[in-house]
Amino acid sequence: MSEFTFLFRGRGDTAGSPEQNQKHLEKWVAWFKELGAKGHVIDPGRPLEQTGKVIKGQQKDVTDGPYAEAKDVVGGYMLIEAKDLQHAADLAKDCPILDVGGSVEVRPTQMLNM
Amino acid sequence: MELSDHLFRRESGRMLAVLTRVFGVHNLALAEDVVQEAFCRAIEVWRFRGVPENPSAWLMATAKNCALDALRRERSARVFAPELGRFLQSEWTLARVVHELFEPNAIKDDLLRMMFSCCHPRLPENAQIALMLHILCGFSVNEVASAFLNTHAAIEKRITRAKKVLATSRKLFDVTAITEFSARLHAVHRAIYLLFNEGYHGASPERAVRVELCREAMRLAAVILEHPLGKTPTTYALAALMCLGAARLSARVNTSGDLSSLPEQDRSRWDQDLVADGLKLLELSATGSEVTEYHVEAAIASVHAVAHSIEDTDWRQIVSLYDTLMLIRPSPIVALNRAIAVGQNEGSERGLAEIRAIAHGERLGNYPFYHAALGEFELRSGKHEAAHQHFRTALALARNSMEHRFLEQRVGACKRGDTSYGCFWDQVLLSFKNHLEADQPD
Repeated sequence: MSEFTFLFRGRGDTAGSPEQNQKHLEKWVAWFKELGAKGHVIDPGRPLEQTGKVIKGQQKDVTDGPYAEAKDVVGGYMLIEAKDLQHAADLAKDCPILDVGGSVEVRPTQMLNM
Repeated sequence: MELSDHLFRRESGRMLAVLTRVFGVHNLALAEDVVQEAFCRAIEVWRFRGVPENPSAWLMATAKNCALDALRRERSARVFAPELGRFLQSEWTLARVVHELFEPNAIKDDLLRMMFSCCHPRLPENAQIALMLHILCGFSVNEVASAFLNTHAAIEKRITRAKKVLATSRKLFDVTAITEFSARLHAVHRAIYLLFNEGYHGASPERAVRVELCREAMRLAAVILEHPLGKTPTTYALAALMCLGAARLSARVNTSGDLSSLPEQDRSRWDQDLVADGLKLLELSATGSEVTEYHVEAAIASVHAVAHSIEDTDWRQIVSLYDTLMLIRPSPIVALNRAIAVGQNEGSERGLAEIRAIAHGERLGNYPFYHAALGEFELRSGKHEAAHQHFRTALALARNSMEHRFLEQRVGACKRGDTSYGCFWDQVLLSFKNHLEADQPD
């Protein structure tokens, strides 16, 4: 078993009706519950606000950010356990964020043996 | 913790009502953005942490924080609720005032304020109802369109126009002004009544019974009943009428999905809790001197609700209630209902005579159950050929597949000479040729 990070990008279609929002949430809860039940969740992470500051360069320029398109902004992360990268990617395929124009980036977490 | 069904819909109405009070009715769009933001945040947090103990309170607290952000961000660029303006401008008073506005008791008033504002006299009734569904019940334009079986474009136009009227009214309705309150209350009752009827009798091509609309109408009436000024005998009567009607909802459609007429209905499927609630509400409505159409209709529904069978029904009492209704709100549909009750009480020949004597009966020409009622009484009088003709006319006018199947079965009954059952009181009952059905194109 190896450790992976899911990066969730995009907030989804914000024009959904309350009923659609609720259905969407219910899908998330079900997806997450299943991942947990199968022992894949190491850390559910925390949601990130949509805006913040970006500090760049030796000048330490501080700007409001991120200046990415809404669909590219990282809104949350999560640590999971899976057999390999393919397995982790398969787990992400059922993520409800895909229904609303978002994406999941799956990245192997480097193990630190120090 | 599990989310209760339609929680977001309900909370959307509550949040929007209070936010509109804070921002001012002209900033409805901003209020809508804040509601959407609160839902987004809820999804972001709840998807991994689970639904909190009290999801409504969580959403409302989030909406409050988002509102404070919006007020601070935009107070130099926008004018907010004029009566609160000063307090919202100053950082000294901002948080305290907003906090007070989000108190549960204040929110109850906001719901009522919004409901009354939606029933603005400058809005046609179909726009009032669309607006209430959209703003207070959290139906999207698409959902309103599919509930009213209208196109997205037509409903969008109607709601956009209605919102414009609302925005230019400058102020939300003042629910503390007693005289205006009772005047506007009539319009509100009517809108809720029409919403319920649209669910109960609507001309839907797929489903004649849209339970959701009935439930929303009942929920809105419950909100009025929570307010001291709203607790009038008439509001009780309206609530009673809807409860007693809703008690029969599940029995109106039989297990194979077909419409079931009152005599055929499996009365064990009537919801006895709703019947009990309805009778209690009817009792509460019986104070004061005013007798409204809602009182009479609720009384009629109660006579049906307490009868064990169609034969056991007190038709004499029902005829006399329809006589009263004809005085309060005379219409060909009421007259038709009355005629049917007379026929049930005094025999088919009398029923036929009463139907033929209806004033302005020609206005019922497009109503399938007018012809069906004629057919039914002819059939019972043994005139199968005449009955057959009437049912064929009715069938040609059927407005949805359920009505179609129902009337087809009656046409078949004429051929067999089968008079064992079938009358449509429940079809016709309470159905005041809903004008949503004859919707004017926008």
